[in-house]
Amino acid sequence: MTEVTLVQAINRALRTAMAADSEVLLLGEDIGVNGGVFRATEGLLKEFGADRVVDTPLSETGIIGSAVGMALYGLKPVAEIQFLDFIYPGFDQIVSELSKFRYRSGGQYPCHVVIRSPYGGGIRGGLYHSQSTEAYFAHTAGLKVVVPSTPADAYGLLLSAIFDPDPVIFLEPKRIYRSVTGEVPDGDHREPIGKARIVREGADVSVFAYGAMVPPATEACQSVETEGVSAELIDLRTLVPLDVPAVLASVEKTGRAVIVHEAARFCGYGAELSAILAEKAFYSLRAPVSRVTGFDTPFPYALENVYLPNAARIRQAIVETAKAG
Amino acid sequence: MSADPAPLPLPYTAPELERRLGSDWSRLLWSAYRWMRTARSLDDRMVALQRQGRVGFYGPATGQEAVSIAAGLAVQENDWVFPGLREQLVALVRGHPLTTYVHHLFADGLDPAQGRQMPCHPTAREVRYVSMSSCVGTQISHAVGCAYGFRFRNDDAVSLAFFGDGATSVNDFHAGMNFAGVYHLPVVFCCTNNQWAISLPVEKQSRVKELAEKGGAYGMPGRRVDGSDFVESYLRLSEALDSARRGEGPSLLEFVVYRMSAHSTSDDPSRYQPPDWTQRARQHDPVRRMEHLLGALGLLSQDIVREIDRQIDATLRDAIATAERTAAPAPETLERDVLASLPAASPAGG
Repeated sequence: MTEVTLVQAINRALRTAMAADSEVLLLGEDIGVNGGVFRATEGLLKEFGADRVVDTPLSETGIIGSAVGMALYGLKPVAEIQFLDFIYPGFDQIVSELSKFRYRSGGQYPCHVVIRSPYGGGIRGGLYHSQSTEAYFAHTAGLKVVVPSTPADAYGLLLSAIFDPDPVIFLEPKRIYRSVTGEVPDGDHREPIGKARIVREGADVSVFAYGAMVPPATEACQSVETEGVSAELIDLRTLVPLDVPAVLASVEKTGRAVIVHEAARFCGYGAELSAILAEKAFYSLRAPVSRVTGFDTPFPYALENVYLPNAARIRQAIVETAKAG
Repeated sequence: MSADPAPLPLPYTAPELERRLGSDWSRLLWSAYRWMRTARSLDDRMVALQRQGRVGFYGPATGQEAVSIAAGLAVQENDWVFPGLREQLVALVRGHPLTTYVHHLFADGLDPAQGRQMPCHPTAREVRYVSMSSCVGTQISHAVGCAYGFRFRNDDAVSLAFFGDGATSVNDFHAGMNFAGVYHLPVVFCCTNNQWAISLPVEKQSRVKELAEKGGAYGMPGRRVDGSDFVESYLRLSEALDSARRGEGPSLLEFVVYRMSAHSTSDDPSRYQPPDWTQRARQHDPVRRMEHLLGALGLLSQDIVREIDRQIDATLRDAIATAERTAAPAPETLERDVLASLPAASPAGG
């Protein structure tokens, strides 16, 4: 076990996967000589060579389209999109091609590409270095969507993603790349995709969060203890496939739910979670489901701390939900 | 209706063909011609069946047969084909069974992809023919990534990326050509310029006189080819494949052909094509040009042609009858192949 930051855990997972399988290769902008703008691929060019750590021209559609071609042939490409905000030139490749290859070919052409991308706000990045648009990908059948919040999960889930038979959108909470540290195992230790993690157990309210929202949600859950509220925190870790049994089990126990994400509220991931609770846990609910989210606006630069959910907003929602009904 | 103009001649002599195509040249020409007649029969039958409501949709390749057949005959077994809209013939020539293709056209339960795609979107892994989408140009960068894989594994294969004139305006054309140039990959970019992107003539697609010029912008040779001349198409493709295989990098071939049909069964070209287009196109009909060549070489026997047509007709009738007797895909196949396995933890859709 070694204590590392989240971005170091990503780097270690890439190194472990590349050492384990000579057909794992990385491609993206500035990932080679520069080691990635966030240094997620630092040292890998030197260790594995330019054939396996490929600096690409500035074209997201080229990166993702080429990765699709590599995967069709049988390689295991891991593409880096420098910021999730810049993925849209390659969106057609994800939605029309990557996600549909297995289905449209009757299983003849599986396409196991991992797309890693830093996402989310809180780094003073303005409209185009801050967005949290996981719902676009979660909405598209044929993709898995993974969002870790700790170094250990980042490590274990990225290894699982790289050796998964399906395409995986791997979203990295860049706001906590360096602010969160933790122990990661040595060697090829994988966390299963599709399993939520109970961060803390509680009896009165279930709080669901993922990615960079897990630290403020943890803080909020601790702080409501002084109000006599026992909050359970679930880190979803995987948005697709969602761990529905874990979600339902928690709400069946507490009867109350607060959903936290930094993405915009309207048709955000919380809307689906809320609908699942309404459909499958209706008779367990003792209060309306509450969502703590970003705003239905573009992501603001100067007012990002107003836009982003924080411990105070989450705390308020937990207390109100605990006392409602 | 005026009389058909004579097809433009293919002025090859037997010694010249032997020199350029090798001693087996007459067998190659006959093989190509046989595929041309098969393709023409298939197009005619399927358009008729669509009009009768027996097939949902069809996109003929009439007028473009020489390029696809040349590609199917010129490739090596380990080469990969990334088709555009009208290259289904490449899969058939490489050995994908016609009966399987007809199951696909009928979208029945014996279609390898369980009828999930519109007709004319087959998948044929056994002949390295990649499943296509209906999105124009997206396959271009797939061919490039696949070619990266060839070099990575020391596989002497080449990728063929097919696309039409319209696709040269799409972002993936630029991205794919650019990546292939930068990495110097074994890809042959085959632009089948049939001069129409649905209703838009190629002059309104691009200001360049020849689409082949675009190769230069990516550091690769670009060459214009008479795509209704089978011999020329076969030779230029063979050269490009050899050069890519030798590690000399990618190239762009622009095959000029004449679209002799509607864009698809959903299209009415009388709304936008000039009245003399069909007549002009007929001069470039690759099948008539090939017949003219075989006739000039003294190789064309009407008896053999009749026998070929009889065989094609019997095969097609049989395939169509079998497909019409085959049940539709089972409802339980709906959720298969979305992911490798159905996630047990996810809520079932529907």
